[in-house]
Amino acid sequence: MRELHTRLKQLFPLGELTEQRPDLAFVTVPAAFLRPTLLHLRDREGFTHLVLLTAVDWLEEGQFQLTYLLTNRHAATTLGLRVMLPREDARMESIHEVWPTAATYQRELREMFGIDFPGSPRLHEEFILEGWNDIPPYRRDFDTLKYARESYNERPGRETHDPATHMKQKLYPGGA
Amino acid sequence: MKEELLKRVVKGPDGVEFEVEPLRDYYCEAPPAVHPPVYAKIVEDLFNWARSQSIWILGFGTGCGAIEMRPLMTPRFDAYRYGIQWRPTPRQANLLVISGYLSVKTLKRAIRAYEQMQNPKYVVGLGSCTINGGMYWDSYNTIKRLDDYLPVDLYITGCMPRPEALLAGFEDLKKLIRAGKAEGANQYAENFDWYKTNQKRVIHDWDMPDYNW
Repeated sequence: MRELHTRLKQLFPLGELTEQRPDLAFVTVPAAFLRPTLLHLRDREGFTHLVLLTAVDWLEEGQFQLTYLLTNRHAATTLGLRVMLPREDARMESIHEVWPTAATYQRELREMFGIDFPGSPRLHEEFILEGWNDIPPYRRDFDTLKYARESYNERPGRETHDPATHMKQKLYPGGA
Repeated sequence: MKEELLKRVVKGPDGVEFEVEPLRDYYCEAPPAVHPPVYAKIVEDLFNWARSQSIWILGFGTGCGAIEMRPLMTPRFDAYRYGIQWRPTPRQANLLVISGYLSVKTLKRAIRAYEQMQNPKYVVGLGSCTINGGMYWDSYNTIKRLDDYLPVDLYITGCMPRPEALLAGFEDLKKLIRAGKAEGANQYAENFDWYKTNQKRVIHDWDMPDYNW
């Protein structure tokens, strides 16, 4: 993985390599260099399989992180490419020509995070939600609990037993 | 509204153009009607006894609880010995088991399936998700009280209830039917507007007729 990173670094302005396991590592790529990096990895380095494309909402930093997880089947190694995007008016280049399956992930990301991928097929069709009328639900500034309370009626009498509180009361009945 | 439901002009194979309005042409506009009991109580009791002995479940799994119905259908628990069978279409079924959590998207299909079933028909809510949301109480896309949207005759608690619990529940449902207390379909017809208001409050893209049997 280190050798691969050294080789790649000569070609593209990559960030530091984060090795999670001997066969799994992550590296940050500037958004403009994502496509050439993906093409190079797919065609020259044998990373032929796009395992998944997902996003993380870094609300405090005002950024979205996209993770493109690629696998080299023969070497049994997985490399994750991270791309940081500004959270405001988030958009990213579509990679559906590189891997057609990416179009589905991009549809999901547009619906659940509101990240735009111009040119991706069927991007604006509903994917999982139907008739959604609020901000995308996977964004961290979307208040799920508030939305659930406002939209769906509750049945009175529901009790919640938080395990931490319950154990505290059981172990230290008088208060600790 | 979906494109295929909009009013449009269609050209037939013989070249004649005609107008199609799917909501009026393909669906019944009449709301459901209350089904009154028959002229004598003893006859109604006989009918109820017969109804309790022929329970046909719609094989529609809405959530994870559907996994508990498979051992019931198969020799391990074999619900058929209690006179309970599964059917593939709503038209052939009279019991809708809402098996587990119901997302808004599935609720729409469940309503359509329920309305297409013929009277007498019953609804059983399976698992705690149908009662008060269960572990999905804070989900952005899951309803918390099934009886706001469909008339529920019986709830079976548990997360998930075991097949034995389901069998006991079906036996309880039979008792309710025999006692003439499983009146969910009539309740739905009587409070039709209330149910529709509740349903439309959560289903934002209502693209079907109000009653589509």
